[in-house]
Amino acid sequence: MIVADRKSIQEILDMVKTCSKILVVGCKGCVTVCNVGGLKEVQILAATLKIARKKDGRPLQVDEALLERQCDPEYVAMLKDTVYDYEAVISMACGVGPQFLSEAYPDQRFYPAVNTTFFGGAVAHGIWEERCAGCGTCIIHYFDGLCPIARCSKSLLNGPCGGSDHGKCEISKEVECIWDKIVRKKMEQGRLNDLLDVVPAKNWQTARDGGPRRSRREELIQHG
Amino acid sequence: MDDPKVNLKSGSNLEKVLKAGHFAFTGECGPPKGANIEHLREKFHHLKGVVDAVNVTDNQTAVVRLSSWAASAIMVQEGVEPNFQMVCRDRNRLAMQSDILGVYTLGIRNMLCLSGDHQKFGNHPQAKNVYDIDSMQLIALAKKMRDEGKFFNDDPIDVPPKLFIGAASNPFAEPHAFRIHRLAKKIAAGADFIQTQCIYNMERFREFMHQAVDMGLTEKCFILAGVTPMKSVGMANYMAKQVPGMDVPDSLIKRLKGVEKSKVAEEGIRFCLEQIEEFKSMKGVAGVHLMAIEWEHRVPEIAERAGLLPRPVVE
Repeated sequence: MIVADRKSIQEILDMVKTCSKILVVGCKGCVTVCNVGGLKEVQILAATLKIARKKDGRPLQVDEALLERQCDPEYVAMLKDTVYDYEAVISMACGVGPQFLSEAYPDQRFYPAVNTTFFGGAVAHGIWEERCAGCGTCIIHYFDGLCPIARCSKSLLNGPCGGSDHGKCEISKEVECIWDKIVRKKMEQGRLNDLLDVVPAKNWQTARDGGPRRSRREELIQHG
Repeated sequence: MDDPKVNLKSGSNLEKVLKAGHFAFTGECGPPKGANIEHLREKFHHLKGVVDAVNVTDNQTAVVRLSSWAASAIMVQEGVEPNFQMVCRDRNRLAMQSDILGVYTLGIRNMLCLSGDHQKFGNHPQAKNVYDIDSMQLIALAKKMRDEGKFFNDDPIDVPPKLFIGAASNPFAEPHAFRIHRLAKKIAAGADFIQTQCIYNMERFREFMHQAVDMGLTEKCFILAGVTPMKSVGMANYMAKQVPGMDVPDSLIKRLKGVEKSKVAEEGIRFCLEQIEEFKSMKGVAGVHLMAIEWEHRVPEIAERAGLLPRPVVE
């Protein structure tokens, strides 16, 4: 899923400092799963903003809404009757949400309440970790299901570099060296030969080149 | 090994010395944090005639310095042979190929291909790193440009850059068992010579070289053993604990602690000289790479005492 962290209350207060009536919109997708932008978090943010502004002597009306997904025009359309009743709208979805909202309602101002961080999952209760860099050409099967693009701090395809130390990356003792893990797994399973050839340079055209990437499924596109 | 007279790949002094069968000796010089080329000249002049080539570091530890190609070019002007270092952190494949052509036109003939320290260590941790290709792929790229006369994309090069291609190897980083294989990969990718990480654990290095010889790697590539004299107990402790992939045995720290404070540096040099003496006869070791960090002025003395002077002149 897409993982995000909520911005600080101060940053969000600054975004809407001139407003007196705003809407906070959550999303039932990824940000609900990673506990940052679902119903509960919408309620908490709305209450916190109201309290802060009340304390400041400038009360703020904060209404709440929750969409099935903010990355789908079908659900974004559900705001059409109310979206212009506010001076601004805060989206608690990933970075896709406020953009879909902005595109659907060009005369409204939308602010992101979260910093979208990575594609990953929960490794422990309350802890999420990156697993995928969305490079557009998956190669994890060559590395026993462990992605060096997303998980090596230098995205090496021929690691581990000389900074690998006790299974940790040179950048921090908190960061595991994924190449150490790849090599050990190959050795344990008697498949070290897989790592003996030089892996050629990656074609990054599917990653971040050429503007926003697009997926087309011909069978789903409604022609005419 | 190739016939030295017929098969010079770059014609660099380092290549000629190695291929003539001499025990090579290389040094290192970090460019200044500024445009103070007088200071740079002063540093590398200590190395003139004392080493066969001088490594010129490329924003080492991810701290911004005078560019390695410019510092290398200044050395060429002053009759000192540089070993131009290039890291993968700061350049994509376009910039790399462009700089490889550029350094060749400036008279640079040796190049060391490195991944580069992560920017987190340096003075611009906010920077976005590149890592378009890795050090292994950079070696293969430099070889392709030289031997096939082609760019990465197979377009022909109008006058290919003929560089003597180097790479680094760290026998002490983990996982240990894989290190020899990674060295073999670098050689397969096209490394002509290897300079190792600073060696302190001689036992581990002997074992590593034994493996390299057994696998036939030393027949395909020149391996230069890396040394850095310890200047103080503090430096030894720092290297042991703070530098990832560095293996400093307790016995060495004890040895340094065992002498008077004013004599620690001399003891560090003595250890270094003992190492060099052993490397001279260690099977598969083709030379020594001395990384005398900000101690360039001591290199002539170390070279003299190690019996490495005068340096051979190979025509």
